[in-house]
Amino acid sequence: MVGSLAIVGYGLSAIGPGVGIGLIFAAYINGVARQPEARGMLQSIAILGFALCEALAIFGIALAFVFSGQ
Amino acid sequence: MSPALQAPLLASGSHEFEAPSQEIFWQPLFGTEGALAITRPSILALISVVIVLGLLLAGTRRLSVVPGKGQMAVEGVYNLVRNTVGRDVIGEQHFRRYVPLLFALFAFIYVNNLFGALPPFQYPTMGRIAFPIVLALVVYLVYNAVGIARKGVGGYLKGLVPSGLPVWIVPVVFVLELVTYFVTRPVTLALRLFGNMFAGHIILVLFISGAEYMLLDGGALLKLVSIPTFLMAFLMTLFELLVQFLQAYVFVLLSATYIADAYAEEH
Repeated sequence: MVGSLAIVGYGLSAIGPGVGIGLIFAAYINGVARQPEARGMLQSIAILGFALCEALAIFGIALAFVFSGQ
Repeated sequence: MSPALQAPLLASGSHEFEAPSQEIFWQPLFGTEGALAITRPSILALISVVIVLGLLLAGTRRLSVVPGKGQMAVEGVYNLVRNTVGRDVIGEQHFRRYVPLLFALFAFIYVNNLFGALPPFQYPTMGRIAFPIVLALVVYLVYNAVGIARKGVGGYLKGLVPSGLPVWIVPVVFVLELVTYFVTRPVTLALRLFGNMFAGHIILVLFISGAEYMLLDGGALLKLVSIPTFLMAFLMTLFELLVQFLQAYVFVLLSATYIADAYAEEH
């Protein structure tokens, strides 16, 4: 089997953001369930948190392609 | 399973399967001389501007108090950017100046992202990193210029550190915030858009070319497996449609957040 270890590194780097995004949306669902009228406000906050969290995984995939090219 | 039995079931045809890599994004059309080639994404970026212009002109040609279908759609998108992004994030006082920038960014990015799934185009322009870098640079210049114009260079740098911190921690926080404002923010802004479009396109190409390979070159078993693979390709396309919208929205939302930070007295 031939492959690049960089892709394995990307898999590892995706664990953290995966857990983080799960927590963010869990909190969002909780919030909407308790207070449905706050949905609009919570939604943009949740998406903002999701975007900031996801940046780590994106760093991972960019670096994976940088290092797999060598 | 013995190799003799395996052969007719999994046997591959004449050629090997090649997994897609970043090379699939390099598609020069005219003049292949390196950096100056006219490539497929540069043509698509031009087409997207024409499409946005056409849609907006068509939607706002006959403005009426009771909007028709076209006007309704254009107003819906405009309201999304103006109210939920511009007004709610930047604030009632200053948001008007930035609505044109935010709306232009949103329209341009969204149409270019949609090109990743629309049949005649089938190529996400933002999958080439040059395009997101330029867009992130525009936002970077705007929010730093606004901050410096409002507070002066000294005030802007001083505003990076929240007041009321213990003295010994101030230099640490200052360096952290400096890196965040001048390095992390533009880099993540560009990389997030690029990474999502790039990875999404590679996933689609992988599923579709893999299914095609299994159908055309595989044995009986692989031909059977290619059906769920095509189904997955379809599902991933739907998922990509969601991501394409979300990334355009997130880019504009973060730009607005950074501009709002430049206006904040302290944070």
